[in-house]
Amino acid sequence: MKDFWRALRRNRLALVGGVVVAILFVLAIAAGVLSPHDPHKPDIKRILDPPSARHWLGTDQIGRDVLSRMLYGARVSLAVGFVSVGIATAIGIALGAAAGYHGGTVDAAVMRLVDLMLVFPRFFLLLAVLAFLKPSIWTIMVVIGVTGWMGVARLVRAEFLALKEREFVLWSQSVGASAFRIIWRHILPNAMAPVLVAMTLGIPAAILTESGLSFLGLGVRPPYATWGNILNDGKEVIELAWWLSAYPGIAILVTVLSYNLLGEGIRDALDPRLRQNVGRFGGRGR
Amino acid sequence: MIHLAPGDPVQIIQGDVPMELQPLKEFYILYGLDQPLHVQYWNWLKRIVMLDFGRSFAPHGRPVLTMIAERLPITLTLNVIEMIIIVALAIPVGVMSATRQYSTFDKSTTIFVFVGFATPDFWLAVMLQIFFGVHLGWLPISGLRLPVWEYLPFWQQQWDFASHLILPITVATFGGLAGFSRYMRQSMLEVIRQDYVQSARAKGLAESVVIGKHALRNALLPIVTVLGLSLPGLIGGSVIVETIFAIPGMGQLMVQAVFERDYPVIMGNLVIVASLTLLANLIADLTYSLIDPRIRVGRRGRR
Repeated sequence: MKDFWRALRRNRLALVGGVVVAILFVLAIAAGVLSPHDPHKPDIKRILDPPSARHWLGTDQIGRDVLSRMLYGARVSLAVGFVSVGIATAIGIALGAAAGYHGGTVDAAVMRLVDLMLVFPRFFLLLAVLAFLKPSIWTIMVVIGVTGWMGVARLVRAEFLALKEREFVLWSQSVGASAFRIIWRHILPNAMAPVLVAMTLGIPAAILTESGLSFLGLGVRPPYATWGNILNDGKEVIELAWWLSAYPGIAILVTVLSYNLLGEGIRDALDPRLRQNVGRFGGRGR
Repeated sequence: MIHLAPGDPVQIIQGDVPMELQPLKEFYILYGLDQPLHVQYWNWLKRIVMLDFGRSFAPHGRPVLTMIAERLPITLTLNVIEMIIIVALAIPVGVMSATRQYSTFDKSTTIFVFVGFATPDFWLAVMLQIFFGVHLGWLPISGLRLPVWEYLPFWQQQWDFASHLILPITVATFGGLAGFSRYMRQSMLEVIRQDYVQSARAKGLAESVVIGKHALRNALLPIVTVLGLSLPGLIGGSVIVETIFAIPGMGQLMVQAVFERDYPVIMGNLVIVASLTLLANLIADLTYSLIDPRIRVGRRGRR
């Protein structure tokens, strides 16, 4: 653990990423205090005002302050990122562990399910599922989570396949520990490193996905302010108000970039060998 | 809004519930049978011939297959062009940054890769529209052709078409390029550490031959698989790109269908797109065996 922190601290880019992520969290939590204006209050006298001393990042079509909306939007983005990756990881660990530990039919069934899910382009699948559901912020989180567990399942399965032959597992089995206990107490803790990395890299992907859906108007519904929603408002008036489109995009870019830097830093610090194992692929979430 | 007029004849013909389950289930069976690829491919062909995709819920009630058939070529053309551009740029970039690891070139491509991963494609699209379309006025920002297209002389027609494609393709290529050049670099770095590359050098071969002939060929192997696996990602990306640039392709059709809750169109789209992915994986596996004689066709493909 000590080595891990030392290695992480030495990686300057990862450190920068971590600091930016931390700042984002503070901003999101303190949005209520920091916002100069009410994010939902229209002001018809200030429609599409360009950035000024009063409205640092300008106003939107109905005169709402973009800065305030972006601060509140940070809450949604970070929450969606966390919750959906949490869901994906839980499913991935459960199925991956079952497949890797039990092998045989269970393994075959899980892996075919993974193959099946991977056949559909993620964005098409998301849209199709969303078409059947009532949209809400929770639906979005669940749907992103449920369509994103395959990578984790594969990782966990691979770890389990290797770990279940090790002596400490064989020993637990020989003294009669239950399968659940062996999986939960003995194998899983040893398999968590790549999962942790996949989680850190999954959060930015989920944030990108959420903002993409919201941008299309199929994500988090107004009046919730999210970065994607602001961009969706902005695309109607790109010829008049560049600030509505520019700033939320930069916020997404910086957030995703910081998370990715942090994630890669954690990966290298945990185990340099993982460099090859954890694919960067599919990281963009669609 | 959701189911339009209840009792619509279209709905009675196909029913509501089976539409969401049937294609998924068929794919599951198709997979679960664990057949060799060519049998799966044959089953897929048979199903495509027989499967009734139904008609759209929209008032025009056109067959889903016709609607998709109109749009598939556009999406496919775009994606093929994107792939060619990505491969053509990513391979040299990856090779160059691998052979000159930690050089300025390598470092700047690494920065590009990270920024490329983090850039939301829809945002990039909007920014390019503002800059090149609105601000500079150089390029059209939506559609595929000008309304007066038919009346233009031949070469202007070609230019018009191409100019409509520049922005969408740039946007769609951006993220993929980042991923692929990274992969290529990684793959190349692994290969040039191998002993046979050393021995090729020791034989006194020129560096360009060592890299171009001995190393590159082996470094390309994993790329082929990755390329096949990345097709869903590319097609998924066309949802965004086609919507923003108002290109009448499958992605746009999908978004419209979702807004209109046009379930037959949604499911038909999913089936076709999934079939495309399967086809791409098959092609990747076959190509793999083509460029790597150590792998025989007929052995079960790896994923």
